Amino acid sequence: MWDWIKIVALGVVGLLAALAANWARDIPYMVHMLIVLAVVAVVFIRTVRQMGDERLVDTGYNDGVVRAGVIATVFWGIAGFLVGTFIAFQLAFPGLNWEFTQGAGNFSRLRPLHTSAVIFAFGGNALIATSFYVVQRTSAARLWGGNAAWFVFWGYQLFIVLAATGYLMGVTQSREYAEPEWYVDLWLTIVWVVYLGVFMGTLLKRKEPHIYVANWFFLSFIVTVALLHVVNNLAIPVSVWGSRSVSLFSGVQDAMTQWWYGHNAVGFFLTAGFLGMMYYFVPKQANKPVFSYKLSIIHFWALIFIYIWAGPHHLHYTALPDWASTLGMVFSIVLWMPSWGGMINGLMTLSGAWDKIRTDPIIRMMVISIGFYGMSTFEGPMMSIRAVNSLSHYTDWTIGHVHSGALGWNGMITFGALYFLTPKLWGRERLYSLSLVNWHFWLATIGIVLYAASMWVTGIMEGLMWRETDDQGFLVNAFADTVDAKFPMYVVRGTGGILYLTGALIMAYNLWMTAFGKQRTAAAPAVAPAE
Amino acid sequence: MNHDAEQERKEYGVETTGHEWDGIRELNNPLPRWWVWVFYATIVWGVIYTMAYPAWPLVNKATAGFLGYSTRALVEEEIAEVNDQNAELIARLAETDPVDLAAAAAEDEDLRNYAINGGRAIFAANCSQCHGSGANGVQAAGYPSLIDDDWLWGGTVEEIAYTVAHGIRNEQSLDARYSQMPAYGDIFSAEEIETVVQYVMSLSDSDGDGTNDRGYAYDTAAVEEGGQIFYDNCAACHMDDGTGDPFQGAPNLTDIVWLYGGDEATLIETVTHSRFGIMPAWGEEYRVGGGLSQDEINAVALYVHQLGGGE
Repeated sequence: MWDWIKIVALGVVGLLAALAANWARDIPYMVHMLIVLAVVAVVFIRTVRQMGDERLVDTGYNDGVVRAGVIATVFWGIAGFLVGTFIAFQLAFPGLNWEFTQGAGNFSRLRPLHTSAVIFAFGGNALIATSFYVVQRTSAARLWGGNAAWFVFWGYQLFIVLAATGYLMGVTQSREYAEPEWYVDLWLTIVWVVYLGVFMGTLLKRKEPHIYVANWFFLSFIVTVALLHVVNNLAIPVSVWGSRSVSLFSGVQDAMTQWWYGHNAVGFFLTAGFLGMMYYFVPKQANKPVFSYKLSIIHFWALIFIYIWAGPHHLHYTALPDWASTLGMVFSIVLWMPSWGGMINGLMTLSGAWDKIRTDPIIRMMVISIGFYGMSTFEGPMMSIRAVNSLSHYTDWTIGHVHSGALGWNGMITFGALYFLTPKLWGRERLYSLSLVNWHFWLATIGIVLYAASMWVTGIMEGLMWRETDDQGFLVNAFADTVDAKFPMYVVRGTGGILYLTGALIMAYNLWMTAFGKQRTAAAPAVAPAE
Repeated sequence: MNHDAEQERKEYGVETTGHEWDGIRELNNPLPRWWVWVFYATIVWGVIYTMAYPAWPLVNKATAGFLGYSTRALVEEEIAEVNDQNAELIARLAETDPVDLAAAAAEDEDLRNYAINGGRAIFAANCSQCHGSGANGVQAAGYPSLIDDDWLWGGTVEEIAYTVAHGIRNEQSLDARYSQMPAYGDIFSAEEIETVVQYVMSLSDSDGDGTNDRGYAYDTAAVEEGGQIFYDNCAACHMDDGTGDPFQGAPNLTDIVWLYGGDEATLIETVTHSRFGIMPAWGEEYRVGGGLSQDEINAVALYVHQLGGGE
């Protein structure tokens, strides 16, 4: 019966996609509908062929979907880092905006491709995979909803493909980090609701009396992202057969909605979600109890209550009323300690295991990740102060800030989780090579340092040049002067990107070999601790 | 509680909560004191700060804060401060007769710097919509380039200042620059227009190769007959040699610069229907809601003059 419903539903969706492709008012929309049609056709054929097959009732944990998530995380991570490195060099050498790639490969098309690939494709897959792993282990229950978890995984990949191909073809709402158009947004909403269902369902049938702290963070991430996504993307399509839409908001309300979303995408996607990751993988890898249960409760509730109000600091000195700007700044500063609660709990969990920083490169990765988390959650409140913001806003300082968070915190904690997960998921005794992890650690760390340092230098220089006036009160520098002055630092930034990308490629190789059960017999990398 | 409190205290100095998930336990450590106090301090600071600055939204407005802070007031203050500081220069700029402006600016570096930079800002806010942010005009719409040597109504600082103040062919200023070319479509046959256009194109054929300096070919056989038509009808304004007359805004037809375009089709269009380009008067006495004051007109005239083509 269920199969029949599925076949009918797929048939209807396929028919609609075919009609939409036929009546499409623009080429990108047609391409997207053809992609949907192709996906539906594959699923349709698969469903028909498997109809009536005896199916084994799976018991135990659903690790297949986590394995797929690990592969997707590595794949999209490398894609995102690669595009990022390329556009970093496009900024240093504008000639890389080749004539033959105009309209697809120029900076403006590739930039959202990079940000979305890294945040949503790499980060999102990492979050989905780890949350599925963690919620099963800490609830002692299999994922709820049968194949729904697989629907979430593949549905999310389809979202990524539609978003990414859309950017290249110029389909965008021009809302930062919310660029995909209305039909892609609708699809993501469906996928996300199912994700929430799978996660909640698993929690509800847990066999543990309490819900582990990592799951609070994952749940707050899933619920809030759903809310943010739906509200910020409220729009009216110009035509149901076309890719364009008009936002429901206008003017300063539009800007405020966008940055309420944009800031909390950082807050709940990149902070709360990844804190969930940290709260599981750090104590597991260190094999130590979490430092303080009280701290985890207090900082969790403080974080999610305060973060949601901090968005207006993205709009200081704009048409936004002064009162909103003040509140955004105040909440950002009050947010400082709640953010640091996670850092304290992460670092103090390692007390009594500090020697592992020397002997275990995975722990080292996690520690530096928490370090970057602490640094960027201090830098953020500082940059939200109006006086600081008047210097830092619109400069590369912001870019540096974002990347010390993204590369340092999100990237490193994800790498740590991947190194932890891969041997377990593929049933291997250990990683292929710990010394390659060590290489990855140093390449990534040096890459981040080059990136952040060069962006601080150009950001502050840029800010100072923009505000420099002569004794009659006129601006001294043209915008192009600042662009010219930034060139050397742009090259340094791109070099940092190459190092970070290289580290990720080494990781991919290491994980690949691990999954295939290889073990490098080289001498153990553990350095004897100095007694 | 099935955990061994004794053992935990020995190992960690504190008991766990007794919960365990997949081997993970949680210690019952208290909140770090410094963390709590800094958190409280930021909250106290936040409360005071929101009393000092505009912060809490009410029904129709927000609390203003006891410091009276407002970003708009700050901008106005800063602008007023700069204006006060430059008051002497502004007054001198306003009082200088446009005829003497170029000389005054050449003598006084401060005055020149103020006029050019201030003029750039005035141009960006008021003029760039038609003339372009680089002042190179828009040919398709007949907005002239201000960076070449070709001036319809004269390119001295004085003449530019007059054009800015009064504009061209508008109904705001009685002293606006004014002239009107007849629409020859009512007077000539289509063949005659085509013939005179061949002659006009030949005027800017400096190397005599049968294409004008813009590279458009014309019919050399028609030039002689077209010349006669030109002499009888057009030369009164555009002069016998076609070099035009800035006193009546008659363009020079012998150079490479064309207001609407130097190809045959555009020229036929121009001769048949004529053109009637309008520029508004910018003097503040001609504009409801305020135009440019005399110091601003002088500043923008000096700015435009030094863009490249000033005479």
